[in-house]
Amino acid sequence: MKKLWRSTATTALAIGVAALFGPAAAKAETPQYGDELRMVVGSNIPSFDAHIESTFGMIHPIRPFYSVLIRVNPDNPSSPTDFVCDVCEGAVPKPTEGGTKYTFKIRNDIKFHDGTPLTAHDVKATFDKIVFPPEGIASNRVAYFRMVESITTPDDYTVEFKLKNPSGTFLPSVAMPFNFIYAKKDLDTHGYTWHQKNVNGSGAFKFAEYVPGSHVKGVKYEGYHHKGQPYLDGFTAIAAPKMSVRLQAIRGGQADIEFRGFPPKARDDLVAALGDQITVQESDWNCVLIVTPNHEVKPMDDARVRRALSLAIDRKGGSQYLSKIAIVKTVGGIVFPGHPLAATEEELSQLAGYGNDIEANRAEAKRLLKEAGHENLKITLHNRGVDQPYKVVGTWLIDQWKKIGVEADQWVQPSTPFYATLRSKKDFTISLDFNCQSIINPIADISKFLPGSGANYAYFQDEQLVKWYDEMLAEGDEAKQRELMRKYEKRVLDDLASQFITLWWYKINPHRSYVKGWKIAPSHYLNQALDNIWIDQAEKKRQLGG
Amino acid sequence: MYGYIVKRMLMLLPTLLGAAILVFLLLRLVPGDICLIKFGGEGSYADPEQIKQCQERLGLSEPIYVQFVDYIAGFLTFDLGTSMWTGRSVEHEIGIRFQLSLQIAIMATLTSIVIAIPLGVISAAKQNTMTDYVVRGFSIAGIAMPSFWLGILIILGLLITTQELLGRPWMPPIHYVPIWEDPMHNLSQLIWPALATGYRYSAVATRMTRSAMLEVLGEDYVRTARAKGLVEKIIINKHALKNAMLPVVTIIGMEFAFLMGGLVVTEQVFNLNGIGKLFVESVTQSDFTMTQALVMLVVVIFVVMNFLVDVAYAWLDPRIRYS
Repeated sequence: MKKLWRSTATTALAIGVAALFGPAAAKAETPQYGDELRMVVGSNIPSFDAHIESTFGMIHPIRPFYSVLIRVNPDNPSSPTDFVCDVCEGAVPKPTEGGTKYTFKIRNDIKFHDGTPLTAHDVKATFDKIVFPPEGIASNRVAYFRMVESITTPDDYTVEFKLKNPSGTFLPSVAMPFNFIYAKKDLDTHGYTWHQKNVNGSGAFKFAEYVPGSHVKGVKYEGYHHKGQPYLDGFTAIAAPKMSVRLQAIRGGQADIEFRGFPPKARDDLVAALGDQITVQESDWNCVLIVTPNHEVKPMDDARVRRALSLAIDRKGGSQYLSKIAIVKTVGGIVFPGHPLAATEEELSQLAGYGNDIEANRAEAKRLLKEAGHENLKITLHNRGVDQPYKVVGTWLIDQWKKIGVEADQWVQPSTPFYATLRSKKDFTISLDFNCQSIINPIADISKFLPGSGANYAYFQDEQLVKWYDEMLAEGDEAKQRELMRKYEKRVLDDLASQFITLWWYKINPHRSYVKGWKIAPSHYLNQALDNIWIDQAEKKRQLGG
Repeated sequence: MYGYIVKRMLMLLPTLLGAAILVFLLLRLVPGDICLIKFGGEGSYADPEQIKQCQERLGLSEPIYVQFVDYIAGFLTFDLGTSMWTGRSVEHEIGIRFQLSLQIAIMATLTSIVIAIPLGVISAAKQNTMTDYVVRGFSIAGIAMPSFWLGILIILGLLITTQELLGRPWMPPIHYVPIWEDPMHNLSQLIWPALATGYRYSAVATRMTRSAMLEVLGEDYVRTARAKGLVEKIIINKHALKNAMLPVVTIIGMEFAFLMGGLVVTEQVFNLNGIGKLFVESVTQSDFTMTQALVMLVVVIFVVMNFLVDVAYAWLDPRIRYS
């Protein structure tokens, strides 16, 4: 018990120190040049082409080789709305022509690693590939840019995006870390698939080596356009799919950092073992597990049953206890908590399952089940065979539903058949699904709840939701967007209970305290350019020896 | 003998063809789609049009018989194709991992032989003494203990003892460097998994050596040798050991083949970029071409090892003739 208290107290202290003094200390310290960063990555690289990939297993090792047009502010990555220019000049542009035109001025001092100057034509060629891919060429983010009508280059250093209508989702979509800028010359000479196996970027690091399944190495790019950066001489990204290996690698001095995140227990173990040699950064995470009833299957076609299942969930209690063992914590609605478009606590409390009186919620849930003729409901929760946080949350849900007399069991499938069940077989009654995005782009992100969107596996139709969503897409005014969002959210979570939110994920990044300059973002895809990271070499020597 | 070898080699062909057909059919029965995983694996929106294009590009929309003919044609012409997941050639992907798996297999086999044969012989020679009981306990523990679990214990042990002794925890390196590039890095990474797997492997071989030795030591010619007054050491080393080696060689051969592709969990524990890890990844990613090639590689290794063991029999026991 004493040991537990000591461990908890040490953890709290480490987090507290990081939270209170971390940013201030980082500001006060002068970055040092030299040394290499060793990161562990819990996934492999399918290909180097970010335009067709969606895994952090590619972003973490490959993003440092490339620049993007705009990005989240690396000094303020926790803000969901703070974007800054990367290859563009000055501030991120405001739209003109009634919100339908964005003009980006491109810096004239950027060169690709092979020496080719980067111009507006490269930016246009890149976004043409992403937004209007030629027949037979894959692009994973076409759907995010449906509002783009054309991309033009009035001169060598200006790019204009003409939109079909004003859109609040355009800039966040442009800021996605997957939009690597490729050289037009490479696309023209080598074709659109060349970047799957080759790298020629303009990022802070030059590609040095890739051993499939093992590691990627990068070396400092002396001609990087953000002057004075990067600080590191290079980095090695080591593939380590097993979490215990990543954890022990940091503990055992074989790695400095892991950017995706660890569960609370792992953080506590590291802090208990290494004390002040570990810095812990924590943040809300733009990922959420969603309970998805299949409306095509009885009794999930009955809104009363769905609503009852949502009412049974004690989200606040779950947050308190689950956050000690799993990577979930924050209670929220359909929009990332903390974003201006997200519901306030008061607004949330008006929705089914968010009221403060859990006993009253559960009494109402039992009444609804009785009214629907499902007092002794038995259901099977379809779940993904991944511990964190799927199986933990799934087990918790079963317990919550038991409290209203619903007998539930879990049907756990590995990822491949799990997706096949959700997307093509559809032979499930109720499932856990997830929504995990990079940039916080609420209007794009909530398409997960839009009937017929392709990513909504609840399989239902609702014209009202589609209408409000379309209105939101075309609405340039934030206050009006917020109003529409509240209606949309109430319809999803309350009126229809078409899908419902469990808890938002919580990102925990314990890393060696000699790694400086990096700030946690609300997504494991963001702030991975590595250009602002540096190593406190004296501290590293103290920790790891000569 | 040569006729036997040629005959055995010809018999490999239908075995390999049968395995190829079986693996092709079994993989098509497993649910899942690599394109769905690639485009929507992280929960992102998977555009049906992109999925369709991906399936066409990878040949998954072709009828099964067309896929089968392509696969067999590639197999017969030694063209294993490209990985559906990475787009790189299967030979390249396997080649990178093969040297690590081969080195581990060799190191574990050597560890096993060094432990198993002396212990098995001593245990048999000192049957039902305290030495025998200790050796039997040691080998039973090895059989009972999964090598991945021993691996976890080794890593934790290293972390804890180095923290206690040196003041800072240390664990073995987690990325592979070939032995000719950096022998220290290479050995400090691979010695631990070799010990973990070699111990389990040695436990089986120790048991087999002991029982084979006990059988041989009970033979008439051993009794005759003792009656002639030969020193026990010479009886064991010169007359008994070689004859007791037949079942031990079989075990060593089969275990070696297993180590080449079966170290799935141990590779995960030590983060080894070997064939076993590639196997797991290719199955979870529904990468048919890679999985097919890996299964065939393991089949070939088993078949070849079986063949070598059979040939070794004749060398160990001159009475064995293949005619």
